[in-house]
Amino acid sequence: MIITLTHTDTSEIANALLKARSRLGSASGLVLTLIVAAEQRSFAKAYAAAQTAAREHPCRLVLVVKTAGKTDRLDADIHLAEDVPGEVIVLRLSGEVREHAESVVLPMLLPDSPVVMWWPSNAPDTPGDDVLGQLADRRITDAASSSDPIKALEVRAIHHSPGDTDLTWTRLTLWRALLTAALDQYPMRILSATVVGPRNNAPANLMAAWLESRLKVSVTRKPSAGPGITSVKLETPGGDIVIAREDGKTASYAIPGQPRRTVALKRRDINELLTEELRRLDADDVYAAALAALLTREGQPLPEPEPVRKRKEAGAIAAARVAKTGARAGSRKAARVQEALSRQDPPLHVAHAHAAGAS
Amino acid sequence: MFEPVWNNHYVDHVQITMAEDIGVGGRASYYDGIGAARDVIQNHLLQLLALTAMDEPISFDATNLRREKQKVLSAVVTPKRHDLHTARGRYAGGWTGGRQVVGYVEEEGFKATSTTETYAALRVDIDSRRWAGVPFYLRAGKRLPRRVTEIALGFKKAPHLPFTATDTHDLGRNALVMRIQPDEGVTLRFGAKVPGTQMEIRDVNMDFGYGDSFTESSPEAYERLLLDVLLGDPPLFPQQEEVELGWQILDPVLDYWASLKNPPEDYESGTWGPASAHEMIARDGHAWRRP
Repeated sequence: MIITLTHTDTSEIANALLKARSRLGSASGLVLTLIVAAEQRSFAKAYAAAQTAAREHPCRLVLVVKTAGKTDRLDADIHLAEDVPGEVIVLRLSGEVREHAESVVLPMLLPDSPVVMWWPSNAPDTPGDDVLGQLADRRITDAASSSDPIKALEVRAIHHSPGDTDLTWTRLTLWRALLTAALDQYPMRILSATVVGPRNNAPANLMAAWLESRLKVSVTRKPSAGPGITSVKLETPGGDIVIAREDGKTASYAIPGQPRRTVALKRRDINELLTEELRRLDADDVYAAALAALLTREGQPLPEPEPVRKRKEAGAIAAARVAKTGARAGSRKAARVQEALSRQDPPLHVAHAHAAGAS
Repeated sequence: MFEPVWNNHYVDHVQITMAEDIGVGGRASYYDGIGAARDVIQNHLLQLLALTAMDEPISFDATNLRREKQKVLSAVVTPKRHDLHTARGRYAGGWTGGRQVVGYVEEEGFKATSTTETYAALRVDIDSRRWAGVPFYLRAGKRLPRRVTEIALGFKKAPHLPFTATDTHDLGRNALVMRIQPDEGVTLRFGAKVPGTQMEIRDVNMDFGYGDSFTESSPEAYERLLLDVLLGDPPLFPQQEEVELGWQILDPVLDYWASLKNPPEDYESGTWGPASAHEMIARDGHAWRRP
């Protein structure tokens, strides 16, 4: 059933949800809140992808659409289905409400549960500073949706904060699993590595950066026609470990001293990528290390630890004050305070770290 | 079923929240001089605290219920350092829930010298065998993101977990949450293993909602009280003793706040309270739940 509310506010939306849910009699087994910053043109695609992800992770889906309307208003559609757990709330903001998206989204977050934010396209340069991004524990962007994915990935690397992730990284998961499995079966010293893929293929660049950060060897990047990454080769003294995929669907998997095998390695669509990203909700340290390696490969300087930016949310100011007046660094109290602040809503690692460094 | 864990061996801290999303609505002249603490904490939240923390009464008649409530309320103490363990705030104008709203100082009937708070938070402790060492955090406020009243018991983390750090990285704290309004019910929050081949633990909710199990709606708050008056049945009415105990608990805090020169700290309408409230609880190593 779909409930439409016009010229509304979040209290009315909350009441409508309550009444509707009691009519359906569904219990709240929802595990997270997924906020999607959808655009009107690509709304259907974003909606479909989020719905698929919600099937594996029953969640409250909040789609935030900024419309071009001039009057200050908030319209909402609530979609509830008997067979699918979870609820979908589409919020359409027009006029000045567009500038205050967090005031509309904050009341809609599920109690206690983690919050994930996804930008299908036009992600901000610094997701961690975005008003909606600050509400989320995990922020998902997609470099492939921009016109220059390589540049977009670099921007991600420069402005990375814990909890950020990009679907470019998710596209590499199956490749990384195969490579690590190969090294499990054939543990040898790696001399060098080569990644082959189209020139403007961001996943290939990220793959090269990841190999460099994990293996500490030189990684060459060679061009090819594609589609996607066409091969990854790890050179060892006893032979080469090669995963080659020419058709974008199946790959041949060769380890020295073993027969060549065929492995399914298709290029996955956005629905699958998003579903996988929702499986783990903690900060991805391996991804952060790969991004840092990407910057060194491009010859870019690594970003400074983020300076304290003026943030309005109370928690950041609190972090600074407590760190200055309260615990000494390294004491158990400091550790507890830090842990408590990192559980505040939204996360405060940066402000606290800076404040602790400053005190 | 919960009696064995309903004590300081298992419970880490308790948060009692009463949040409203409306402001004073043009009645600042009435609200002025009263404030969130007198309006809501002294009566409603302390009653909720008494009902949560009390021992089981012998029966449900008025005398026995009151005995237990008085016993627990007489054991409640506020910490000596009011500056560290209380917080108050006043909502500032802004956007909340999709509408633009004015701040308390711009409300009709506001007096320029007013130091009335629209948000109050404090920590109390209960000096009893059952609850010593468990802080109870009470907070109430207007113009918070949504209307909710709940009691949340956070349980202690297990001293040893057989999982590796990465498996339980995003695991929160186990909790038992009693929602008083709007969606009456009880939620148990704990970790469960995600189906699949790898070891990954995720927080899930076990939820009971009155609206789901009972289709007859509960009577409105004051309907029940009027019925009790007509029947002459007083267990829900606090007696003089309880009311006095409530004021005894709150008076030191109110006196301290009255002695402060500056007005309450501003917090933006539509957020969960002022910075001092977050600091207050972070000092003890806890964090406010997002209800």
